[in-house]
Amino acid sequence: MFDILKLGSEGWGDELLFGAWITVQLAIASLGLGLILGLLLAGGKLSSFPPLRWICHAYTLIIRGVPEFLIIMIVFFGSERMINSILKSMGFEGGYEISPFLAATVGLAMIFGAYSSEVFRGAFEAVPKGQMEAAKSVGMSNWQAFSRIRFKQMWRFAIPGLGNLWMVLIKDTSLAAVIALEELLRVAKLGGESEQNPLAFFAAAGILYLIMTALSDIVRAKIEKRARRGFVSL
Amino acid sequence: MSYQDIKYAISDGICENITGLLPELLANSCSKLTDGLIVTTELMFITVLLGGALAILAAMGRISPRKWISYPVAVYSYVFRGTPLLVQLWFVYFGLGSLGEAGLGPLWPYMREGWWVGVIVLILNTGAYVSEILRGGLMNVPKGQIEAALAVGMTRMQIFRRVRFPLAVRTTLPAYGNEVILLLKSSALVSTITVMDLMGQTRTVFARSYNLEIYFHSAMLYLVLAGIITVLFHLVERRLKRSSVIS
Repeated sequence: MFDILKLGSEGWGDELLFGAWITVQLAIASLGLGLILGLLLAGGKLSSFPPLRWICHAYTLIIRGVPEFLIIMIVFFGSERMINSILKSMGFEGGYEISPFLAATVGLAMIFGAYSSEVFRGAFEAVPKGQMEAAKSVGMSNWQAFSRIRFKQMWRFAIPGLGNLWMVLIKDTSLAAVIALEELLRVAKLGGESEQNPLAFFAAAGILYLIMTALSDIVRAKIEKRARRGFVSL
Repeated sequence: MSYQDIKYAISDGICENITGLLPELLANSCSKLTDGLIVTTELMFITVLLGGALAILAAMGRISPRKWISYPVAVYSYVFRGTPLLVQLWFVYFGLGSLGEAGLGPLWPYMREGWWVGVIVLILNTGAYVSEILRGGLMNVPKGQIEAALAVGMTRMQIFRRVRFPLAVRTTLPAYGNEVILLLKSSALVSTITVMDLMGQTRTVFARSYNLEIYFHSAMLYLVLAGIITVLFHLVERRLKRSSVIS
């Protein structure tokens, strides 16, 4: 049973590890894009312009109520069609095919953005008001006070929540297997089919996912500890 | 008339009356989506009930002072929370399923049905997540409450049933509501193991019509289901608050 999971040309071990590497890349790319989206949405939710607030809240509400699987499908099939119709309207030939990696990254980032915007909003609001008052009293402009004081202090409140979302994100990357991205789960499925031993391959994939989440847990604890350093709770 | 026929009759009955009001695509796929909606609802009922029961047992196991109980339960919870649901579903359906009748014996009739695999895996998965929430709630019950119960002579089981558990449920209800919505969304994954739930029906309609709109309609239906769950939990929370004496 373990022969087929060996590294090298005889076994599937290296293919599975490469699949896991794609999974990690997908998770990190979605994290980057999702954090930017989450910050923008949080900014929108804290804006003093009501329609912007409503739009950002509605976005979160919708994404939170729709299955992740459905969102990935819509992004995968929808973005391809949208790009092609734009290309055609500009007089180019259609037939552009979006890569599953890109579609999965955008889909996962849309989900991560919706959830993280709530974390960021809470974190911005958790920064004590006196901090901003103090910053203004020493003559900082609005932007300076925001970028030097509020934005930096927000992170220590946001990090625990973001850590949880990262764990969810790693697991959600497996959805990309359904749109034929050759990440860990998809490789395991293909391997299981060609070697006629799906049990061993899915078990191996499960263990690799467990390793990834366990490592993330350790790193998360370290980062959380660092974020709390010198923090005096009131 | 079998149960399946009754379900079909329900969705036909609903669709006959509303097709005139719907856009063409939705009118053509109405009975399919309604069938799927019924399956998703059934799946939710079963998994919420049995998953909740499993979670209570698992949470009791986690807080047990006996290590031979608490360790295996901790491993169960860790494995199911540390791997993606899709891996769990495929591991059981394709992996264990590949053992066939020879390897599975009396379990085989269930293991080859996507529906049963979906139900079992969703129960195990949600049981693991909810047991963690519940464990937190049980640990946070004020010590004085338990001491008071001991002082009036309750047994350990009585304390759990009458004091600890009801108090824990009250504090964990909002988190549990979120978990049920997550379960609703995860349930869409059973469509990858041939179950014709709302997502499964949506995918077949899409495969035939290649019309992306169907996904948006389906998303709306999921939103409505999530909304219903939210409202139900608000109602239960309000009711429980009524009798709350602890500030």
